[in-house]
Amino acid sequence: MIPEISIYEILTVTSILFFIGVYGFITRKNLISILISVELILNASVINFVVINKYLYPDMLQGVVFSLFIIAVAAAETALAVSIIIGLYRQISSVEVKDVETMKH
Amino acid sequence: MERIVFYILALIMIVFAVASVTSRKMLRSVIYLLFVLCGIAGIYFLIDYNFLAAIQLTVYAGGIIVLIIFSVLLVHHIEMELEIAKTSKQILTTVSCLLGLGIFLITIYSHEFNVIENSLTTTTSEVGTKLLSYSDGGFILPFEVISVLLLAAMVGAIIIAKGNKLTDKKDNPA
Amino acid sequence: MNFVNIILIPLVPLAVFLLLGIFNQKIKPSVSGYIGVAGLLVSTLLSLNTAYQYFFVNGKADGVYQTFVEKTVWMNFTDTLAIDMGVQIDPISVMMLLVVSIVSLMVHIYSRGYMKGDDGYTKFFAFLSLFSFSMYGLVLATNLFQIYIFWELVGVSSYLLIGYYYTKPSAVSAAKKAFIVTRFADLGFLIGILIMGFYTGTYDFETLNNPEGSAILNWASTSFMGLSVLTWALILIFIGGAGKSAMFPLHIWLPDAMEGPTPVSALIHAATMVVAGVFLVARLFPMFYFVEEGFALNIVAYVGAFSSLFAAIIAITQTDIKRVLAFSTMSQLGYMMLALGVSGYEGHEGLGYMASMFHLFTHAMFKALLFLCAGSVIHAVHSNYLKDMGGLRKYMPITNITFLIAALAIAGVPPFAGFFSKDEILVAAFEHNKLIYFVGVFVAGLTAFYMFRIYFGIFWGKDTKYEHKPHESPISMTFPLLFLALLSIIGGFIPFSEFVTADKAGFEAHLNYPLAAIAVGVGLIGIALAWIFYKKENDLANKMVNFFGPVYQWTSDKFYFDEIYLFITKKILFDRVSAPIAKFDKKYVDGTMVGIGNKTVLTSEKIKGMQSGKVQDYAFAFIAGVVIIALVFIYLWTD
Repeated sequence: MIPEISIYEILTVTSILFFIGVYGFITRKNLISILISVELILNASVINFVVINKYLYPDMLQGVVFSLFIIAVAAAETALAVSIIIGLYRQISSVEVKDVETMKH
Repeated sequence: MERIVFYILALIMIVFAVASVTSRKMLRSVIYLLFVLCGIAGIYFLIDYNFLAAIQLTVYAGGIIVLIIFSVLLVHHIEMELEIAKTSKQILTTVSCLLGLGIFLITIYSHEFNVIENSLTTTTSEVGTKLLSYSDGGFILPFEVISVLLLAAMVGAIIIAKGNKLTDKKDNPA
Repeated sequence: MNFVNIILIPLVPLAVFLLLGIFNQKIKPSVSGYIGVAGLLVSTLLSLNTAYQYFFVNGKADGVYQTFVEKTVWMNFTDTLAIDMGVQIDPISVMMLLVVSIVSLMVHIYSRGYMKGDDGYTKFFAFLSLFSFSMYGLVLATNLFQIYIFWELVGVSSYLLIGYYYTKPSAVSAAKKAFIVTRFADLGFLIGILIMGFYTGTYDFETLNNPEGSAILNWASTSFMGLSVLTWALILIFIGGAGKSAMFPLHIWLPDAMEGPTPVSALIHAATMVVAGVFLVARLFPMFYFVEEGFALNIVAYVGAFSSLFAAIIAITQTDIKRVLAFSTMSQLGYMMLALGVSGYEGHEGLGYMASMFHLFTHAMFKALLFLCAGSVIHAVHSNYLKDMGGLRKYMPITNITFLIAALAIAGVPPFAGFFSKDEILVAAFEHNKLIYFVGVFVAGLTAFYMFRIYFGIFWGKDTKYEHKPHESPISMTFPLLFLALLSIIGGFIPFSEFVTADKAGFEAHLNYPLAAIAVGVGLIGIALAWIFYKKENDLANKMVNFFGPVYQWTSDKFYFDEIYLFITKKILFDRVSAPIAKFDKKYVDGTMVGIGNKTVLTSEKIKGMQSGKVQDYAFAFIAGVVIIALVFIYLWTD
């Protein structure tokens, strides 16, 4: 733990990051931007895992391990998302959400 | 000292996160994200999870960001400006996000965390042992599952990105 | 009795109907005709066997014909009230089996020639089989509900067959008219059945008809508005019968029903279905007779007598030969009704009942014959109207002879069948009610007149020039004519009083020579008048028309009954009652519903943007929803 910093402050920062991610997820109109917002959300929650592990259960490692898994899953997700975006770009020459909407029909 | 560092890091993260989700230039948005991720790595250093910080830097900052930059360069002109959402939608989203944040903070601050004073340092070997242990509390099974997932994602990504080339041959036998 | 054979009688035509109906397109017309005839032949043979077994072998016990019933419970209402399905064998049902079988078989054979080349040949035979099935079921019914079911089934098959030429608007409207008018009458029937069931607690004819049974003894005294409840029920049931049998004032559908193919008119609208009303009254005769000393029966008698007279007068002026026959049918049905109406119950008293059934039997033969002859004539000259006919005796000898036989039979000239049955009716009427007797005699004269009017008009009279030379019909059509003519000649010699009587005991019936002489005399006068007017082409008929002037016009337009009904239904019911109700319904009841619907559509138009299919929008709604719920829980719930 960091002696001078309380858990409240860190959790505040992560909450802010999380909601910035949510804001971006809802308002951005580009698939890559949405992907970036998702990364923000994921990172905010990873910090929470780690911090809570450190502050409340310092003799355990679950939080760390889980954050490792989250990073791995995020990497996989990003790789897939990027490949989908590229495939889509080949098909419709655009990665804007409004152009992809027709897929729902 | 640590307090000051933390506040600087927090400021960097928040400012660049906001910049990242509001910038109208795609590439800049990604770079801002890179700064946020670096800031998060700094937090890990601060709370003494060096291994995790290293992973954060290599996988996120080094791997994922590069991947995203590649895709941005592949599908965008660098100078292209992004569309932004309608003002009404922005306001609505902002309001509900702020409300949600308020609720989060109220909940967090009204809760008594049972903080344990400590200065334990977690070494990389501990993490590795935990990950590969198959005794109680070990994570060998999720570890294997994750590795298979990564493999599957890799194969899937290659196939999706490769896309039409395989079928093109069939379509145009000439 | 062997009930398996009897149950097969209706089921064979049903099977034929299903076969022809389902494989309508697959079966060649030539084959389907044979299938229809074969099915009816089986039923006819079984009916003949049943009749032989019943009347001559094992029907009698102690000189009285027994009633045999074979039934199973079909529907339970309460512990005591149930609806059965089954067959009932007694003299009138066996007699009706014979009538239906013979006429239906002849019509089937006849139709093979008459309908040749028609597009719906197979369909036609399918409908005929359906009708035969329904009619057999009606005749064999053991209780009021079963008879009602088949009653409606014959109504449906009649509807289908009248509207057989469904491309002709007149046929379609005639079919609808027949269905609606009889349906309207059946409403009375149904209410009557329900009243009957409510008070007596049974629908079974056996129980209801027992003169010493609880139905008649216990419930006849329960009164409602001055009359016994059972009398009300019987009157309502009679309304149903009057609808089917085209009694005044529910007769208007029968003349229009002539739009159907002529074999159908012969089978349904002359011989079988229209006598269902008479059969119904006969079926419930003990009730009609014993409840309140025959109050309902008197109504039957007067309605019958009036209808008989009324129809006979109209028949004189009609120019469409099928319509003349239709009104003649109505008149003869009135005869049967009045005979039932003046009948007693026991022994010789029941002469009217027996005469009515006798007349039903003979009338079915000669009226079917008349229709089939008319069909043969229409087939040859391609017209229904008297003005297009004349002098046909040279071209169609067989039709000529058979038509003459039938006309003599209906005019009551001895020794043809009609003479005997009509004479019995007149005797019965003379013994009970002089007024009805005089009506009967008068109608007998009118009958002879109008029948010979069309006979002379068709086969004698002016020598019309035909575009195509008329020729005699093929053997498939003339054979039924000859067969029915034979029955019309010898039918009268059947000792009916031995077999079919009200108390089922049988008695000796003798000719009443003075009365018979009067009836025959009146008939001959009618024939003679027709001879004078129509034998040779002359002006006498036109002079008479001019002499009667407006009366003739009145009669020729059927006393404007169609117009009166149209006025009542259209001007009063539709415009004054239904239209405002419909308007109210449309404006307020419907309007509310439509308004709700429209509002829903409008609202959804407005909010359908929310269902954009964009995950981002849903994410927003999700976040906003979570925030709101969290707010509610934090601030409202915890305090």
